[in-house]
Order: sequence, then C-alpha cells, then structure tokens
Amino acid sequence: MSEAQAVEPVPTASKVVEIDSHSINFGPQHPAAHGVLRLILELDGEVVERADPHIGLLHRGTEKLIEYRTYTQVTPYFDRLDYVSPMCEEHAWALAVEKLLGIQAPDRAQWIRVLFAEITRVLNHLLNITTYALDVGAITPSLWGFEEREKLMEFYEAASGARLHANYFRPGGVSRDLPAGLTDRIAAWAESFPKFIDDLEGLLTANRIWKQRTVDIGVFSAEQALAWGFSGPPLRASGVPWDLRRAQPYDKYAEVEFQVPIGRNGDCYDRYLVRLVEMRESVKIIRQCLAKMQPGPVKVQDRKFTPPRRSEMKRSMEALIHHFKLYTEGYHVPEGATYTVVETPKGEFGVYLVADGTNRPYRCKIRPTGFAFLQAVDEMGRKHMLADVCAIIGSLDVVFGEIDR
Amino acid sequence: MAEEVQAAEAAPPPPPTREQVLAEAIAGLPGVHACGVALGEVVANVDRDALPDLMVTLRDDPRFAFEQVMDLCGVDWPERELRFEVVYNLLSVSLNQRVRVIVATDAETPVPSVSEVWPAATWWEREAWDMYGIVFSGQSDLRRILTDYGFEGHPLRKDFPLTGYVEVRYDEDRKAVVYEPVKLTQDWRQFDFLSPWEGLTTLPGDEKVHAERAASHRAPPAKG
Repeated sequence: MSEAQAVEPVPTASKVVEIDSHSINFGPQHPAAHGVLRLILELDGEVVERADPHIGLLHRGTEKLIEYRTYTQVTPYFDRLDYVSPMCEEHAWALAVEKLLGIQAPDRAQWIRVLFAEITRVLNHLLNITTYALDVGAITPSLWGFEEREKLMEFYEAASGARLHANYFRPGGVSRDLPAGLTDRIAAWAESFPKFIDDLEGLLTANRIWKQRTVDIGVFSAEQALAWGFSGPPLRASGVPWDLRRAQPYDKYAEVEFQVPIGRNGDCYDRYLVRLVEMRESVKIIRQCLAKMQPGPVKVQDRKFTPPRRSEMKRSMEALIHHFKLYTEGYHVPEGATYTVVETPKGEFGVYLVADGTNRPYRCKIRPTGFAFLQAVDEMGRKHMLADVCAIIGSLDVVFGEIDR
Repeated sequence: MAEEVQAAEAAPPPPPTREQVLAEAIAGLPGVHACGVALGEVVANVDRDALPDLMVTLRDDPRFAFEQVMDLCGVDWPERELRFEVVYNLLSVSLNQRVRVIVATDAETPVPSVSEVWPAATWWEREAWDMYGIVFSGQSDLRRILTDYGFEGHPLRKDFPLTGYVEVRYDEDRKAVVYEPVKLTQDWRQFDFLSPWEGLTTLPGDEKVHAERAASHRAPPAKG
C-alpha cells in the first residue's frame, strides 16, 4: 500500500465519491406521517433534495356533500375535518351561517363557544406537542398528554354528549346549555393544568436530545411564512404577531385578555414553544370565560332558526310545527357570500360560503390550515436530513381530515 | 316614507368605513370591473387578463399590502356564459384587511396563474383544476391533487353526480383493487324542499278529479 502510494501519489482533491440520488416513499402508512401522507422524497444520500407530498388519500368529497345537505345537516361534517380540534371547525361554520342570516348568538352562547374553543386549543396542542415529541423519539410526553386529553374529552362529553364529534356549536348558539357542575369541574382542571404544562416543559424544553432534533431545523423566515400562506403557530413562530382572535375578534374574544406568543427563529423548536405558551394563555382565557359567563339563553330565540325545547314540543302546536319544519326543510339562507375565518389551534380556518336563497349551501369551500403548511414542506425540508423531515412535519401540525376534506 | 327620506338627507352622511375606503381605492385600479362592500367584506370583480398585474399591485402597493393569499377556489354557475368563478381571498397582516377578488372564466379559457406572486397559490390552483377543470396558464405544476390517481372528470362541477361514476373495491379473486361502475342498492333520493306547501294545489287523493277537470277543459264543448 505504502509502496504504491510512493510510486503514484493520488491527489486527494480529485477523489470522487459517487452517491446515487434516489427517491423513497414516505408513507402513506408511516407512523410519523400523521395519517395518510404520501411523501415522495428525492434524496442525495441522506439529504433531502425535493419533497413532493401526495395528498387526497383521505378525500371524502365533503364540499360536494355539503351542497346536498341542509344547513342544519352540515355541522357534523365540520367535526370530521380536523378531528383533533372539532369544535373550532364548527365555530367557523356557525359564524359563517350566522353572518349570512344576520343573526347573533346570545351572550352566554358566545362565552360557551369561546370556553370550548380554548379547551379545544389545549386538546389540539397536547396532541400535537406530544406526538411531535414521539416522532423524534420521546415516548413519555404522549403517555402523559393523553391522560390530560382524556379529562378534556370528558368536558366535551358532558357538554355535547360526544367525546370527539361534538356537533355542539350550531348556527345561532350552541345545541344545549352546560350541565350543572361542569363549570366547577373545568375551573378545578384549570387550576391543576398549569402544573402539567410545567411537567411537560420539564421533559422537553431544556432536553438536550429534543433541542438537537428541533433547534435550527426547518427554519422559515417571516417573508417565507407569509408568501406560503402560513397562519397560526407556525406564522407566529416566524415572528409575525398575527392572531385572528386579537386582530379580527369574533364572539367574546374582544373581551378577554391574553398574550400572543411570538417566536424569533421560525424553527421547529420555536413552533413547539409557541404552542406551549398558547396552552398557558388558553387556560387564562378559560378562567375568564368561567368568571364572566352569566346565565341566559344559549340559542337565538327565533324559532325560525333554532328548534324549540323538546318539552315545549309536547304541548305547543306551534313548537311542533317549528320542530318539524327545521328538521325536514331547514331554514332558508338569503343570497350572499362570505369568507368567515376563525383562529383554530392550527391557524386560520376559513369557510367561503355561497348561499343562493334555498335551504342548502350553493358552494361551501373549506380553507384548511394544514394545506398551506404541507405545501411548504418541500421548501422547508430542502437540504435537511431525512430524519429532520419527521420533525418538520410534526412541528407543522398537519391533520389529514382537514387537508384532504 | 317621505319623512324618512328627509331625515336621511338632514343627517350628515356617516364617515366611510375602512372597508368602503379600501373598496374605493381598489375600484380605481386598472382591470377592476366593480368593487364594493357586501356583508362587511370587500369584493372586487376583475378582468381576467389584467389579473397578474393587479395582484402584484395589491401585494406591493403600501395602501393594500396583501402579503398573503389565504384561499383560492372555484365556483360553478352552469347557467352563466362564463360558468366558473375563481375566488381569491387575500389577507394583509400588516394592515389587517381582507379582499375577495373574483374572476370569471369558462372551461376552455385559462386564468393567469398567481403562483409567481404567491407561491402558496400553487396547490390551491391545482385544487381548482382538479375540482372544476379550471386551467391556469403559467402554472407549471397543474397535476390533480385531491382525487385518486387516474381519476376522470371534475367532481365539484354541478353536472357531476354526487355518487360519481365509479366505485372501488378489493377483489379477492384477482388480488387487486378494481374499479366498477357505481351500483346503488337504492335509488338516489333528492328531496325538493323549495315549495313544500305552497306549490301543492292538488291534495292527495284528488288527482283523479283534477285530471278529469283538466281533460274537460281541454276538450272543445260539444255543440248542439
């Protein structure tokens, strides 16, 4: 060996290492793909050159189905879009229909909606942070987080009767009032929950492995985030102070106090931190809702839009007729169009609703938040290692129920 | 009524809202047919060919500063001459304002792509192509996005049936997923709720009477 080198020395500068670029299929059944994402990754060794997400494996034609349902029948479809934060999706629908009808939910209903929208935010962020940690190798957070989620789902069940697909926010209010004692249970939970956030933070925030996997990974500048249509925590992590609850408040958000956390670096770690702080802010909002909520009606009292109580129906002929008409024909929504948005835990979720004066929507376009995030995976993950793609997808909080519709 | 008009004239006109100011500014741009405020939202109908320049103006002009395209979708109006609308929902996070830009087109005429203005528009345009068959010129990546590989047709068009044309199942014998024409075990029921009582002039059970009456009206009266 040494003899050969002495005879003919090989200059190291011209040494060529040949690595085939190749593409792999990430998903659609990969546990870190958060559902049914098929990601075609073109790799150079272990470095991602290009990511091409193939979506639509969970496409159910929700928008088409909505065109064939009455306004009342549509609400449950919204639960099934982003099944991690169902009530926030319903919120957008309820507000859009209310806007076209020109009605406003009574105060108590608005407080209940804000209360449950924030419970939903915690529910969503708990799932996201913990499964995101799971994607990069930490199992404990998800075991802890799911226990807390269970408590929140019990509140869901107490209010609406269902743990996940609540069908609780309706155009004109909420389907029924909170049962006795629920507000006390929520208040007790709100007292104990910050302790849990501290514990969760103890597991992750200063964790060396967690920081190695997330800090400076998937960095997106504010300009990039805006150009790619970002909203919600990923936009705020890039340093844009934009929260629809603050900028374009709906229901009672104008009357509650909360901070909007902003990140500085726009990397995966900041997206995690923003969500973590948002949970603390949500608990604050929940406490304010409980304090400010007054007894009162929880639906618009106009029987042309909301059904009468069942007990009333047994005695009053008029109530019976209203009930019958609402559950067969439904109400007619005057001609018009609206693009109504809410700040769901993931970001801006919008409903572009076109009404033609009949009892069915003419067109209902759902603006899913994760659609824009997933589109940016190519740009965000370029020149990153294959394993970082898992961290990036986890940090973007994509749920295919809403992306594929 | 007359008193109301007088009262309205006497009162000073209310100051224009932020939306009205924005709508007026947009209405002055080239290529904008009409711009107004409906339900508190600014809506602009614009010319298809002027779209790219207009969108750049809306993004870069400090009066508008629409940094983001939040949503882009098609709407189908089969009875219109230009049956499709492409709807852009723009958002300005620096000025906290929104605008809805609407362009009309038909199945053949392409709409200029805005993916150069906002990269986020790429997937939205792919979706509008997939769902409605709206063509976007200048869009390099006009693949289907939500429907199945090898899907035919544009499902959100109003003339596309809700049940679709093909159904999919796994065939145990062939050990493969097979596509077959849709078979409905029960007829598709579409209830018409538009005139449940008002249009009902013939009560159930009276059909024969009404049919006879109509026949006697049609027949010329016998002479003699």
